[in-house]
Amino acid sequence: MEKIYSRPKALQNRATGYCPGCLHGTTVKIIAELIDEFGIQDSTVAVLPIGCSALDCWSFETDMIISLHGRAPATATGIKRNAPEKTVIVIQGDGDLASIGLAEIMHAANRGENLTVIFMNNGIFGMTGGQMAPTTLIGQKATTAQGGRTEAHGYPMHMCEILNELKAPYYIQRCAMDSPAHVREAKKAIRKGLENQMNGKGFSFIELMSNCPTNWSMSAEKSIEYMREYTLKEFQIGVYRDGGEK
Amino acid sequence: MSKLFIKGNEAIAEAAVRGGCRFFAGYPITPQNEIPEYMSRRLPEVGGVFVQGESELASINMIYGAAYAGVSSLTSSSGPGLSLMAEGISSLAASGFPAVLVNMMRGGPGTGAIQGAQMDYMQATRGGGHGGYRMPVLAPGSVQEAVDLVYEAFDIAWKYMTPVLVVADGYIGSVMEAVELPPMKESKRKEFPLYTTVHLNPENPHRRSSCTMITNEVDHEEWNKVQAAKYEKMAEELVRCEEFMMEDAEYVMVAYGTSARVARNAVISLREQGIKAGLIRPILIWPYPYEALRKLDPAKVKNIFCLELSIPAQMVEDVRFGVYDRIPVTTYGRSAGLTFSEEDVEELVKKTIEGGEK
Ligand SMILES: Cc1ncc(C[n+]2csc(CCOP(=O)(O)OP(=O)(O)O)c2C)c(N)n1
Ligand code: SF4
Ligand SMILES: [Mg+2]
Repeated sequence: MEKIYSRPKALQNRATGYCPGCLHGTTVKIIAELIDEFGIQDSTVAVLPIGCSALDCWSFETDMIISLHGRAPATATGIKRNAPEKTVIVIQGDGDLASIGLAEIMHAANRGENLTVIFMNNGIFGMTGGQMAPTTLIGQKATTAQGGRTEAHGYPMHMCEILNELKAPYYIQRCAMDSPAHVREAKKAIRKGLENQMNGKGFSFIELMSNCPTNWSMSAEKSIEYMREYTLKEFQIGVYRDGGEK
Repeated sequence: MSKLFIKGNEAIAEAAVRGGCRFFAGYPITPQNEIPEYMSRRLPEVGGVFVQGESELASINMIYGAAYAGVSSLTSSSGPGLSLMAEGISSLAASGFPAVLVNMMRGGPGTGAIQGAQMDYMQATRGGGHGGYRMPVLAPGSVQEAVDLVYEAFDIAWKYMTPVLVVADGYIGSVMEAVELPPMKESKRKEFPLYTTVHLNPENPHRRSSCTMITNEVDHEEWNKVQAAKYEKMAEELVRCEEFMMEDAEYVMVAYGTSARVARNAVISLREQGIKAGLIRPILIWPYPYEALRKLDPAKVKNIFCLELSIPAQMVEDVRFGVYDRIPVTTYGRSAGLTFSEEDVEELVKKTIEGGEK
């Protein structure tokens, strides 16, 4: 029988560390498929954050480094500037990127670092057990906003829109991981982000709207429904910048 | 070799380049600004890279990435910046990554003072970051020695696979002196093996996987033991101090950096006045030269003076650890950008002698 799909070479042959129904798993799979597609397994460095994306260390079959909380874009800058022949993929969660690491992502973007950043936005601090993130929706429950986030905690931060204020970034897109069609779109966006880096174009930023069934206290199916009903209304998917043009 | 008349900070930067440094990331802070300024124009000339980090946090993490990539790298800062770097330094140590850090010390604590001082002794020698680690701490006493030690720091970093800290008081960065510069070393990127690869991806050890959070307890403790053995080896092999006029010394100063320069002049002057003074000058403050203090004979040595540009006294803890209450220890220092002179030191010694003979 003809084998039409198998585990990408860039994916380790073992169980992932994610909870059932978590879209982090789908994300590493499509990234690994793209690494295979480009044949860059031996020259890829995955720069992982602190957060559930750090669990990608059990998945990627590439070089990798887990950076400090929020500092992945700085660590990646140190790697890419010194080893420009590597394809450096930065993966960050919303607490990591939009809270503690806001300065690092803004400045890496503003310098136009030749990196591909994948931003896993699940609206919550997953790894530490469901605390409020800068991306948590107004009204959305978190362990540090048990009645739901109020305006006193600030408003959800839209990183694509914020980064789009800068001159240097080359490519900015927000995608969602809630449906096969959207996953295909996300894969296309990441493909572009990687191509941009390999062509020396500069900073590519792909935000992936994701879920956290465990800390949203929902079944996987419910979490997808929640994303469609609430999250994707607050965070509009689409291309914010392509080819350096707004 | 010809001598160059050069400011301490610039000499340090040039010595780093000659020692193999090809990446610098740092954030401006007085009194070390000439280091990034110099590096910004010098590194591109040798195929290196300079990045002005958006903060010390970003800078130390850029160094973290550069070290992972296998490049000899340098960051420099002063007190408050080193505090911000603490998590990153801890992680460099935890990962066994080579890098050189300069702390051109200023007054503290807090924002403190921009003038030179020796206020970061505790932070430098006790780690500064979390989790319990050790790194060599080099403490030059002149611009020439700063050049030599920064140059050597890269070798130490690669030999032991560790961050190395050079602490100089701001005066050393700011004075101009004639120095001899060492030859330019060849510098190649070296992708060294990583301990955590074995843990994260045991089936594919050729993949370079780095992580300071090792989730398997047994592996993690094994790594802690490897590191602890390294710290002991460094503590054994790297001790270095200068003993000046110590053979028959009755009044012993212990000082490093600029304080030691003042103390040395005071020793010479006291000797001329018939007082048997001597100086122990740690060249590394971690590991500390305890042996130089342990071997002091309480029947001969009447008093020890621990001199620092710091109030409160800090190094005295190491001095006392070496002396172990066998000989009286007097602490003396100035701070907040104020310094002491050799006359101040002479007076201190003479007063102690008078007090003791009363
Ligand atoms: C300096 C520091 N502060 C706090 C933490 C604890 N911490 C670990 S992961 C995390 C939040 C991660 O949330 P996010 O980035 O949204 O990732 P997710 O787990 O949701 O994918 C925090 C606060 C840490 N490891 N280091
Ligand atoms: S805690 Fe949430 S984000 Fe983390 S793996 Fe589980 S479901 Fe995914
Ligand atoms: Mg999150």
